Amino acid sequence: MEKNTNQLPKKSILSAQIDLSKFSPATEDEKKQQDVMSESTTFFKDGMRKLFKNPLAVLSIVLLCIILLTIIVAPMVVPYGYSEMLSIEGKRDKTAKNLPPFTYSENEQEYIAQGNKRFPHIFGTDDLCRDYFIRVIYGTRISLLVGFFASIIVLIIGLLYGSISGYLGGKVDLIMMRIVDIIYSLPDMLIIILLSVVLNEALKFPTGTIFAQLGTNMISIFIVFGLLYWVSMARLIRGQILSIKENEYILAAKSIGAKPSRIIRKHIIPNCLSVIIISTALQIPSAIFTESYLSFVGLGVKVPMPSLGSLANAAREGLQSYPYKLVFPAIMICLIVLSLNLLGDGLRDAFDPKLKR
Amino acid sequence: MSEHLLEVKNLKEYFSVRNGVGKTLPLKAVDDVSFTIEKGETLGLVGESGCGKTTVGRTILRLYKPTGGQVLFKGEEVNDKNIGHMRKKMQMVFQDPYSSLDPRMTVEDIIGEPLDVHKLYANRKERRDKILELMSFVGLNAEHATRYAHEFSGGQRQRIGIARALAVNPEFIVCDEPVSALDVSIQAQVINMFEELQEKLGVAYLFIAHDLLVVHHISKRIAVMYLGKIVEIADADELNEQPIHPYTQSLLSAVPIPDPDVTRSRKRIVLEGDVPSPLNMPSGCPFRTRCRYATEQCAKEMPTLTDRGNGHQVACWNK
Repeated sequence: MEKNTNQLPKKSILSAQIDLSKFSPATEDEKKQQDVMSESTTFFKDGMRKLFKNPLAVLSIVLLCIILLTIIVAPMVVPYGYSEMLSIEGKRDKTAKNLPPFTYSENEQEYIAQGNKRFPHIFGTDDLCRDYFIRVIYGTRISLLVGFFASIIVLIIGLLYGSISGYLGGKVDLIMMRIVDIIYSLPDMLIIILLSVVLNEALKFPTGTIFAQLGTNMISIFIVFGLLYWVSMARLIRGQILSIKENEYILAAKSIGAKPSRIIRKHIIPNCLSVIIISTALQIPSAIFTESYLSFVGLGVKVPMPSLGSLANAAREGLQSYPYKLVFPAIMICLIVLSLNLLGDGLRDAFDPKLKR
Repeated sequence: MSEHLLEVKNLKEYFSVRNGVGKTLPLKAVDDVSFTIEKGETLGLVGESGCGKTTVGRTILRLYKPTGGQVLFKGEEVNDKNIGHMRKKMQMVFQDPYSSLDPRMTVEDIIGEPLDVHKLYANRKERRDKILELMSFVGLNAEHATRYAHEFSGGQRQRIGIARALAVNPEFIVCDEPVSALDVSIQAQVINMFEELQEKLGVAYLFIAHDLLVVHHISKRIAVMYLGKIVEIADADELNEQPIHPYTQSLLSAVPIPDPDVTRSRKRIVLEGDVPSPLNMPSGCPFRTRCRYATEQCAKEMPTLTDRGNGHQVACWNK
């Protein structure tokens, strides 16, 4: 005898049993609506979509864009140079010393009273009568430049070294990692000081080039990053590749007949991409910090070129009277480092499929 | 001469293991294993953990370089030169459906990878059609194609793995414990699927498992391994009813039977001691340390596989 599943035994009044007669089966159309269809996306697109859903990451991208735009546009708009002492119609304005933000010196006030226009000193001026805003902008330029270039140097060397060591394994790995250990144990500060002394003698840049403006200290910072700081990146990538290499899906790819280049390209690199992205994003603030720190102790860029660290160092002397001179570069460092850190975090979340959106 | 689909001759796979003092010892994971598989046939391979079942499967596909012996596929020796082309004929389904699928790839790309590697399509549309066909073959819906592997359950993931293995139209698939990571109800589904695929495509399996019931269900013949050696090969039913090797007997006596009366009345053969270390194998027959019938002869010489009629081969000195 066939049982009618829709027909329930007589229900008692107090029973909480659901009355099936009130329900009707879903039609094919309704069932289709329940199917969650997601459009075909590439790994990169999918990650970007998730990244833009993260409010903190979006905020930091916006912030970084604003900073980038400012440091590109501001030097074109502001009529002062970073090393230019303020002057009015060719005459040095000695009253424009240590001005607070948005104020004019006595000479400038006279000049304006005569009916002329004068661009405001947004962050005031420093003790050599230079516009402080443009100095902070140039300092940010230098700091970001150092940050990006140093991390790119670190990334390239670390990625190549780490992936060779990790993929080949065995004796090659053993020797390569002992070299890393040796480099790891070198005191970086000592190397920077020694290098800048040696390079000062060895390198003579033609004046006027960007290298000459940056000074040998800056070049030695780059060289030191290239020589020393890649080791942690190399270790990280090696570790990632070692663990990914052992996964069964690598073996599966081999059993399909995939060549090593395909395995590296399609399986290993995408799987350690999130680590590479985040550590590069976090390398930038750490490089900026190192540069600021070196500039602070006087090993950074060559005067009169400012960097955020050297500006902070210069502000230290008059801290009691002119605290804003420390505040501006310090805020700038904070903003850059914070937004890069948040962006790095957002990128990691977005590119890790195991972390649900 | 009748040609076997796959013939494994005296296959050996030794790994070198470094002990604490810095000396390297050979670990005989697979030692002198020979068997044949016919077209469209399933050979079950059972044995306890660490006896070399998986190594046999992987060595056949040359994921490990064999230390000795030969693998012949349709009479042609599989070597480093022709393995790329052989991988179109021989495929593998892996044990762990969680780690054998790349978490960065969508299902479409995972199943499409063998097609990409062997360039088995003319354009994007043909690739997509083939993938969708494979997916429906293993019971996945078309809308699953754009999802990532971690969004699926264990059984579905194993189906993805099977679809990947089927993509190149292989004639032989090594199934490396394909159901041991799944729960029982899903196991049944996946095993039935394996059987259906065999009927439709005529593909041969080397079905590696440690569950005797599963193996008995799916296999035509069963080989039992112990410490890197095959101790008994027989027809599935015959092995189940008349096991000759004492190891097989004890294995079968441990198979749970869902009937309390039978379970109470039957005698369980409990083996004493542990599996000897494969680094320090006993002389002669590897099983003699735990065998109830062990004699002096067992310690002296390793018995070879001999036919006891009906193709029932046993490696044991006892008659």
